[in-house]
Amino acid sequence: MSRIHDMGGRFGDGPVMPDFGHEAVFKKKWHARALAVTVASGFLGQWNLDESRHSRENLSPADYSKFSYYEKWISALADMLVAKGLVSVEELQSLQGERGSDSLCERVLRAEKVASGLSKGGPTLRYTSITQLYMTGDPVKTRLAENRSLSGGHTRLPNYASQKVGTIVGSHGSHIFPDAHAHGAGEAPEPLYTVAFKASTLWEHPENPYDLVMLDLWQSYLEPL
Amino acid sequence: MPHDSNDHTHAHSVLPSDPALRVNALETLLMRKGLIDLNALDAIIDTYQNKIGPQNGAMVVARAWSDSAFCNSLFSDTTKTVADLGFYGRQGEHIVALQNTDKIHNIVVCTLCSCYPWPLLGIPPTWYKSDAYRARAVREPRKVLAEFGVALLNDTSVRVWDSTAELRYLVIPQRPEGTEGWSELQLAELVTRDSMIGTGFPKDAQ
Repeated sequence: MSRIHDMGGRFGDGPVMPDFGHEAVFKKKWHARALAVTVASGFLGQWNLDESRHSRENLSPADYSKFSYYEKWISALADMLVAKGLVSVEELQSLQGERGSDSLCERVLRAEKVASGLSKGGPTLRYTSITQLYMTGDPVKTRLAENRSLSGGHTRLPNYASQKVGTIVGSHGSHIFPDAHAHGAGEAPEPLYTVAFKASTLWEHPENPYDLVMLDLWQSYLEPL
Repeated sequence: MPHDSNDHTHAHSVLPSDPALRVNALETLLMRKGLIDLNALDAIIDTYQNKIGPQNGAMVVARAWSDSAFCNSLFSDTTKTVADLGFYGRQGEHIVALQNTDKIHNIVVCTLCSCYPWPLLGIPPTWYKSDAYRARAVREPRKVLAEFGVALLNDTSVRVWDSTAELRYLVIPQRPEGTEGWSELQLAELVTRDSMIGTGFPKDAQ
């Protein structure tokens, strides 16, 4: 089984509410602050993107469903700051705390470094000698959509594509493997592929059986057919 | 089998429940501990509010429509081609362009979170991050498209791209009819954000 965030294919969510481009970038002032605090804290270098995704997924199902988008961000950030030892629960309660260590404070993102920091990004492509097992056109089957090394751990194989047959339609070299990277197990890069799944293989009642869903999947998510 | 140890640490529950107060509390504590610079926060907000947005992607699409050499380069190495225009960075490290045609309509979603090509389109709108879009776009894309006013021909195949890895997708919509001889700037005005996600078409030439 998967976590609450893994909602692809779920029934019952009602209509999508388009904004047709009219919505403000930040609807409320605190949305902007939540994004900025989260992004700036990331530059402290104490966690990676996969860990931060996993901390949002780790919110309780009740909180995840109740919280708006940026509430998830800010709450997961608080959890991560505590889990990483940057902030204590007592400090979160009192909002008072000792200055962080010099080595930490040296990493603080300064205004003049924002443009270069954001434009630098964090590419995940890695050069490895791992053999690419699949070629474009190969049929493959996904494995169970769960983290293989850690029960309840992070994975990017969605539940709706668990144990489904698809076709390799592209390969992208090796990329950092989130299932390891989210849990302090290093980058463990693996070949990454785009896999096409026919709607009829994913859903009992597809809108059109020939429509496709395309997923970017790591090699160890796949088995030969 | 080890179990995820972070499962039961919900430290955030000691913060105020009102979200605006919650953000403010965390910001205050981090500032007092010397772990954030408030001027940097303002600079981050200014970047995504004023500098990076769908106008970037629109420029890419308009050039693809009007410059065939650029278009070929865009589809052979999207990341490099858009980086040469200055569009690179956080959440846009690996970009793939998808071409919409009469036969194929591409639409982009992230069912697991809200992955989106920030350097080209900015911060995603609320609907893109909503449960309804994330849950339904993969199962019933045609119904979702209808909610955006997008009706497809019967023989058009839909391809839904669920951005599960660090590849980010930019849809290149079809050039509107009646725009022969238009400048890139004029063309860019027709390119809507939704047309680059696949949930809309460009504006008509008027």
